[in-house]
Amino acid sequence: MSLLRAEGLSKEFGGVHAVQALEFAIEPGSVFSIIGPNGAGKTTLLNLLTGIYRPSAGRIWLETRELTGRAPHEFAAAGMGRTFQNLQIFFNMSALENVMAGRYLHERCGLAAALLRFPSLARSERACREEALELLAFVGLQQHAAAPADSMPYGALKRLEIARALATRPKLLLLDEPAAGLNPAETQEIDRLIQRLAARGLTVVLVEHNMKLVMGVSDHVLVLDYGRKLAEGDAESVRSDPRVIQAYLGVEARTHA
Amino acid sequence: MLALGAVIALLPLALANDYFYDVAILVGLNAIVCVGLNLLIGYAGQISLGHAGFFGLGAYGSAILTARYGWPPLAALAAATAGVALLAYLVGRPILRLKGHYLAMATLGLGVIISIVAANEDRYTGGPDGMSVPPLSIAGHALAGERIWYWLVGALLLAAVWLALNLIDSPRGRALRALHGSEIAAEVIGIDSVRQKVLVFVLSAVYAALAGGLTAHYSGFVTPGQVTFLHSIELVTMVVFGGMASTFGAVAGAAVLTTLPQLLAVLKDYEMVVFGAVMMLTMIFMPKGLVPTLAALFAGKGAR
Repeated sequence: MSLLRAEGLSKEFGGVHAVQALEFAIEPGSVFSIIGPNGAGKTTLLNLLTGIYRPSAGRIWLETRELTGRAPHEFAAAGMGRTFQNLQIFFNMSALENVMAGRYLHERCGLAAALLRFPSLARSERACREEALELLAFVGLQQHAAAPADSMPYGALKRLEIARALATRPKLLLLDEPAAGLNPAETQEIDRLIQRLAARGLTVVLVEHNMKLVMGVSDHVLVLDYGRKLAEGDAESVRSDPRVIQAYLGVEARTHA
Repeated sequence: MLALGAVIALLPLALANDYFYDVAILVGLNAIVCVGLNLLIGYAGQISLGHAGFFGLGAYGSAILTARYGWPPLAALAAATAGVALLAYLVGRPILRLKGHYLAMATLGLGVIISIVAANEDRYTGGPDGMSVPPLSIAGHALAGERIWYWLVGALLLAAVWLALNLIDSPRGRALRALHGSEIAAEVIGIDSVRQKVLVFVLSAVYAALAGGLTAHYSGFVTPGQVTFLHSIELVTMVVFGGMASTFGAVAGAAVLTTLPQLLAVLKDYEMVVFGAVMMLTMIFMPKGLVPTLAALFAGKGAR
């Protein structure tokens, strides 16, 4: 059974069809990439898949649960984790606290327990801290643990967002342009990180402009153009699809090719 | 925490007479409001320009129940606080969906409504003249005298600070700070933003109502002046001046800005001018507020 299924998914902004009648399914354990020219609707689609936007039409299922119309925190509770193209870091916290915050769904903490500092809280806080440290080490940020987030370099913040998303223990991790703005060495680190996540069996949805990265890691690629599905398939078949080449390079290039 | 306890314990050595005690008690009561308000403004990043309304409802609620209906003061205090909590919950759900200026306007409106009701419902509130309030009594023993009140308020302030520090240091506290950092990111890690905001709004309203009720019983009098928009601004100024997202900052802000007008008694009519100036100077010269700025200064020196 597919992990995620989208049926007739559409989003309209005052007459502009950002995403139109999309149908696709994401298989568990796969790396599913969404590519397309600027303005193709990739980020809109990611916002639909995490509940930030409500679809104008269509439905979304995660496993057997329909999530259409739910709030973002309910998508998160159902198992969607994500990062943002424009960083959404908690700059008022340390790196470690950012990741610990990501464990929110898995901390049972009533108001009374919090206010009166129940002894059980100390234990669960220790476990939470340890897991957060492990995740920081996993993304290669252990040396930044105590650093205030607003003192960290951009490339590290990109990975901090991934660690925070992993802390929610997602079934599906959606990465919105994780390599945007990174230099080649940092991009390679992200590349390796995605491969390690895939090796752990995590399902990854990747929106990315760096074609080398996409073609290297993806099991399945969905190509969008003007909010519609242009092509879909494995990396090789998409790369050689004439419609994709036309959308990216224009008609001229195709005739010369 | 220990330092605050020590200050409260040792302060009486410096308090020469009842007037000084009186000022210290007012500082403590304001500090309780500010510690609660700082949870909302400083940590969760949500503004409220209506907290004098909750303070006033706590004061008038407790006053009316004791003076007009003969309730025992402790029961009245508890009932008034519970009533404010319920009101804050009911009002909080719709208005905390608003952000920034809209939230500021909505809370401002709430405060103004409460203050108009306090001034006009003279059958219950005594109108613009205010009303007198019976003293606090526990099991029939009236609590009178500045010294007893000083220890009572000191203990309550310590409890208020302890609870606030615990909350901040818990997963729920992290959730509140996450909301301040990025609401959208908080949502996608599973934090129900409206629910958490309502919760901290209610908690801060409870702090304000409790302090309001105590103030009424302590001074034996309550007037609509304590419920006005200007009082809300004073409370916010104390929080901002002391340092947002700093519990001890809230206490320090309350201490300085409650004491200042007493020292500047000559300027009594210009009190709000001083508050305005303090707010402006704080924003320009130490936008993080008194305590965080000083803390950073000392930390910087220590590192060198």
